[in-house]
Amino acid sequence: MQLELRYFASVREQVGQGAERAEVPADVLTVGDLRAWLRARGGVWAEALAEGRALRMAVDHAVARAETPLADGCEVAFFPPVTGG
Amino acid sequence: MTVRVQLADFDLGAEVAALRADNRGVGAVASFIGTVRDVSDGARVSTMELEHYPGMTEKALEKIEAAARARWPLLGVTIVHRVGLLAPLDQIVLVAVASAHRGSAFAACEFIMDYLKSEAPFWKKEVTPDGAAKWVDARVSDDAALRRWGIESFNAGSSESGQEQ
Repeated sequence: MQLELRYFASVREQVGQGAERAEVPADVLTVGDLRAWLRARGGVWAEALAEGRALRMAVDHAVARAETPLADGCEVAFFPPVTGG
Repeated sequence: MTVRVQLADFDLGAEVAALRADNRGVGAVASFIGTVRDVSDGARVSTMELEHYPGMTEKALEKIEAAARARWPLLGVTIVHRVGLLAPLDQIVLVAVASAHRGSAFAACEFIMDYLKSEAPFWKKEVTPDGAAKWVDARVSDDAALRRWGIESFNAGSSESGQEQ
């Protein structure tokens, strides 16, 4: 499955990129699976997507949870708590 | 309906004039403007950078407007949020709401701001006069402000929507 990944704000700075296209293995079915798969890259990825960190996630521009399913071609974003207004 | 994300400044008078133009049913307009302060958590702020998630931001703001319209009989809503490089005294965000009576306008304006603070994908980075940059932390009090309206938010707190269980 191919996914469009987006990173914003402090997460973007930590991982050193704002966007990438990733081919994920067949057992990555949910947003939580994807987060764990990216974390396994180690280094800044393990830090930026650490389990205890208050991160927010979105699939195709809608707020997502760890159990939100992924579909081929979807856009998945990881970002810190929002601070607009 | 007007939802805009832009680099440029905005003019309250012009926005309100457009909001109530040719609408004879409007009897009340309430507005809120958020501006950049020169001090944040005790530290001087010389500039602020505002980042957002193009595509999701507009959808989130439209969803917030729809939620407000579902609760109050509104005759017009304008939401303008700036992004890019800002400095103290600059305007950041405008919410203006038109309705027949003031109660709906006041309430909806506050509701939209509370919702935006916890659910619209914007991020602020503050730079101090010595050049140190810091991402602004989300506030638990903003989640509480949204909860007053009966909407659960876990933006700043331990997030059911964000944490792996």
